[in-house]
Amino acid sequence: MALRLTASHITKGYDGNPVLRDCTFSFAAHGVYVLTGANGCGKSTFLRICALIEAPESGDIDFFSVGAPLPKDLALRRRITLVLPRVGVFNTTVFGNVSYGLRIRGIGGSRARKKVSDALEFAGLTHKKDQNALTLSSGETQRLGIARALVIEPEILFLDEPTASVDQKNTEIIEEIILNMKRDRMTTVVITTHDREQAKRLSDFPLIMDGGKISAV
Amino acid sequence: MSSITESFARAVFLIYHLDRELLRIIMLSLEVSGTALVLASLAGLPLGALLGFRNFPLKGLFLTVLNTCMGLPPVAVGLFLYLVLSRSGPLGFLSLLYTNTAMIIAQWVLALPIVASLSHASIVSVDPVIRQASMTLGATPFQISLTVIREARYGIMSGVIAAFGRVIAEVGAILIVGGNIAGYTRVMTTTIALETDKGNFELALALGLILLGISLSINVALHVVQKRGLAGARRWP
Ligand SMILES: Nc1ncnc2c1ncn2[C@@H]1O[C@H](COP(=O)(O)OP(=O)(O)OP(=O)(O)O)[C@@H](O)[C@H]1O
Ligand SMILES: [Mg+2]
Repeated sequence: MALRLTASHITKGYDGNPVLRDCTFSFAAHGVYVLTGANGCGKSTFLRICALIEAPESGDIDFFSVGAPLPKDLALRRRITLVLPRVGVFNTTVFGNVSYGLRIRGIGGSRARKKVSDALEFAGLTHKKDQNALTLSSGETQRLGIARALVIEPEILFLDEPTASVDQKNTEIIEEIILNMKRDRMTTVVITTHDREQAKRLSDFPLIMDGGKISAV
Repeated sequence: MSSITESFARAVFLIYHLDRELLRIIMLSLEVSGTALVLASLAGLPLGALLGFRNFPLKGLFLTVLNTCMGLPPVAVGLFLYLVLSRSGPLGFLSLLYTNTAMIIAQWVLALPIVASLSHASIVSVDPVIRQASMTLGATPFQISLTVIREARYGIMSGVIAAFGRVIAEVGAILIVGGNIAGYTRVMTTTIALETDKGNFELALALGLILLGISLSINVALHVVQKRGLAGARRWP
């Protein structure tokens, strides 16, 4: 059964400044959700909270597959992932970066190598696999972030501005990957962007964040 | 003037022919400092990691003390350890004074704060986005810490190398607790001090040159490691 996510009454602020205020939204259907909104309105914050990287001040994040909400444990955290805007590249090869998610799950050997090569292929990074990942261009770095996420086959994938400062060709590649994931792997994708055209191209569900709340457009 | 050149020539001759006594002294130096360094790293890295990842009361004070200890005067460490290990001292019953073990302990005390403090500094300077990325990919808290330590590896290696540079060149502590006993606890630095005192410049000079060579190698290694670490610091915005 597919994984579904509900955020209810999320409140979060930093240093006394509220960012999210009673923010409620249910990601109930399969597809691509595109979240837009002004700089600093709280999109990244919302994604981090949904991806269980940060805790809200109040409110609940609940994941369901059937029936009752799932416990927010390691097993659940391993079914979702978030690609951060700055990616967070590890100082090792591209291959080493992409295989990370498998290694920490104790998956190795030829099965892991196959999965990593598939993800590299998917992200168009096969020819870069032995290069130190810190030397990639910014567009390649974004694709690395996506490959690293792909390899662990998330059921829900959060992407925070995956095409900011990425050229048109790389943007097309990344959009292609997103649509393929939705179609081939039945992944639910939640993405933030400032690119209106991109939002139109990708979204099944356009969302807007304003005043610390999310609403469907 | 001619005596200096003559001594130099004899020193080079000694190094070139590397007699057994000279070799033994060099090996003992490397053994004592190497063992002290390994043990200091085994304790210092976890200590640095603990300080980097955990918060506890008086941590700031502890860090200040640790930083201060990076510059402990070797003579003072030697004296303190002497008092502890001497026959009438609290650990006198172990009869460790004037043994290799005593020298290793002394250099361990000198190396530990350097390894721990520099490990801590490199761990806390790892970009927080690494920690977040590791979390998003499904790492356990322990795996997250290992990942951060891995990212700090060049800084940690610099610390270990710096600590080795300090202990291999140190003479105060090792002289007091080792006693500079010929054929037993005589190492490079203590031999240099003694032989110079005796006017036996050839041997002192030979050892001095070798020590200089080791220092040079250490600095080259440090430079290489730091350059690699710098490449690692180049992260995309
Ligand atoms: N760790 C933090 N400490 C302090 N303030 C923070 C922190 N993280 C976010 N903020 C603040 O919270 C607000 C929302 O930030 P967030 O990054 O979620 O915005 P955003 O919608 O993603 O913006 P952008 O479109 O520019 O990426 C901003 O005002 C930001 O300064
Ligand atoms: Mg943002």
